[in-house]
Amino acid sequence: MNKKTNKKTIIEVKNLTAGYKDMLILNNVSFTVQKGEIFIILGGSGCGKSTLLKIMTGLLKPFDGNILINNKDIYNSQGQDKASILKNIGVMFQNGALFGSMNLLENVKLPLITHTSLDSEAINLIAYMKLSLVGLKDSSMLMPDQISGGMRKRAAIARAMALDPEIIFLDEPSAGLDPVTAAQLDKLILNLAENLGITFIMVTHELESIFDTGQRAIMLDKNEKGIIAQGNPHELKNLKNDKRVFTFFNRLAD
Amino acid sequence: MENAKLKLSISENSLETTFFFKGNLDAEGVAKVWVKAKALILKTSYENVIFDLSQVLIIDFAGAALLLHLETLILKQITKESSVKFVNVNLKHEQTLQLCRKNFITSEKIIVHKKQDDFITATGKNTFSFLDELSATISFTGEITIAVFKTIFKPKTLRWKEFFLIFEKTGVDALFIVALISFIVGLVMAFQAAMPMRMFGAEIYVANLIGLSVTRELGPLMTAIVLAGRSSSAFAAEIGTMKINEEVDALLTMGIDPVYFLALPRILAAAIVTPLLVLFADLVGIIGGAIVLVSLGHPISAYYAQVINQVSCMDLTGGLIKAFVFGILIASTGCFKGLRTQTGPSGVGMATTQAVVNSIIIIALADAVFSIIFYIFNI
Repeated sequence: MNKKTNKKTIIEVKNLTAGYKDMLILNNVSFTVQKGEIFIILGGSGCGKSTLLKIMTGLLKPFDGNILINNKDIYNSQGQDKASILKNIGVMFQNGALFGSMNLLENVKLPLITHTSLDSEAINLIAYMKLSLVGLKDSSMLMPDQISGGMRKRAAIARAMALDPEIIFLDEPSAGLDPVTAAQLDKLILNLAENLGITFIMVTHELESIFDTGQRAIMLDKNEKGIIAQGNPHELKNLKNDKRVFTFFNRLAD
Repeated sequence: MENAKLKLSISENSLETTFFFKGNLDAEGVAKVWVKAKALILKTSYENVIFDLSQVLIIDFAGAALLLHLETLILKQITKESSVKFVNVNLKHEQTLQLCRKNFITSEKIIVHKKQDDFITATGKNTFSFLDELSATISFTGEITIAVFKTIFKPKTLRWKEFFLIFEKTGVDALFIVALISFIVGLVMAFQAAMPMRMFGAEIYVANLIGLSVTRELGPLMTAIVLAGRSSSAFAAEIGTMKINEEVDALLTMGIDPVYFLALPRILAAAIVTPLLVLFADLVGIIGGAIVLVSLGHPISAYYAQVINQVSCMDLTGGLIKAFVFGILIASTGCFKGLRTQTGPSGVGMATTQAVVNSIIIIALADAVFSIIFYIFNI
């Protein structure tokens, strides 16, 4: 599944050490993400998956280390450089984080209105295309509290895609969804990666989702405070030399 | 490469018109040519149109939206059998265009604003919503009455710890703001009244005015307004957050009445603490008036004698009865709005605002009712 190609490195995480106040969560973590791949960050609860995602999206400053997105350090860039990095990434938060006072169309239009000087007709056309892409064109006038969890996550993907970013970060996209909706979401992610060449960084511990979509994965561990395995999820499943990886991928109790 | 500006040029011959796009068909480029491109298309009727994309470097959704929108405009003008052709499109751009074409909706089909209800529908909806609110208010009043009787017969079942905590938050923590407002009101009123009354040599009667108005009217009213802003909103926000976090549902599934569990301790605490706060507000308000009169050269003993002679026990009691009722009304409104919180992120905010606004309206109405009752019974 993971063919060796000469793909460009789009994200580089170098010697990252991070945590909250006195609590160390990640210690000296390094890895790279290639352009166009679906990259999975996985691990048990409390291992630092969401912390890593927060750091990669510029929301939490690490104690030490660098995050390079297209060779630009997200924490050492300012002004125009920082704005161009942020315009190039989209984030889907765990519960969608849609703005409750706006309908779905307005939610998707917001980044376009803020970051482009496009005509309002063009903005409407683009926003509708994005909503249609995630199967929500008929729900454009609904408010976030009028739709289901799965729809909210799809709308959040549409909003994350609003500015055609190269990279989209997804925090637990299929958590709490029924199997059919989760499968639809996985299909959508695969479709977007294949047709638009978007790079997806996905934090999840839903095994089915990992096997269906993931091309490369890193597994974090709470005790090691870092990566204990990386590679293709199907290969990791058969990795018998590490008990932690084997029990996780095969859903075994300790 | 990355900053290749989008340029649009046209070449025409007798058979066809070719639109050459050069550069990046991205949001930045499209923003600059959108109006111009549309104007070009609408100005002339084209028949055979070719979109040449040989020199396009990037196409994103904005670029695709421009191309597909222009195509729609041209196709609308064409009367004979003809079409718009996309030529020299590379594979990657073709993929993007195909994906966008599948999801493209023409401008006319886009709904930007939700259809508003007509006057009759809106009136009907508002009437039903008013009746629903009224019925909920009646049922809440009933539930509170039952809960009060339950507490009288089984006092141990009330959450006394919660009661004292609310008592402290609503009463003790509000002392400073109540004192500040009452002091300023007493001070300003005395000062404003002293000036005209001096002309008649009746300056000392300001003490009578302050004593009477503070104990009968201003003390209870100002305290109630402070509590409406401070406690009613807090009750609505606390209970509203519990409601949207499904904590109220959890109580119901455990067979615990949310009105008894959440609202009653708050209402009882407010009913008891408000008269105490009013007593304090009366005292501070009168002190405020005293400072003005003393500064104008009147002895404090004269001020004290005037106040004592003027203010009867009935005046003070009337004010405290008002305070007791205001306390119940303020806490009930806050709890009621909290329990009626709608889902969604704006739900708690709306409940809080409604709690404050409704509390103030109810206080004003109740105050008017009290004035009539006191007049009838000559209190």
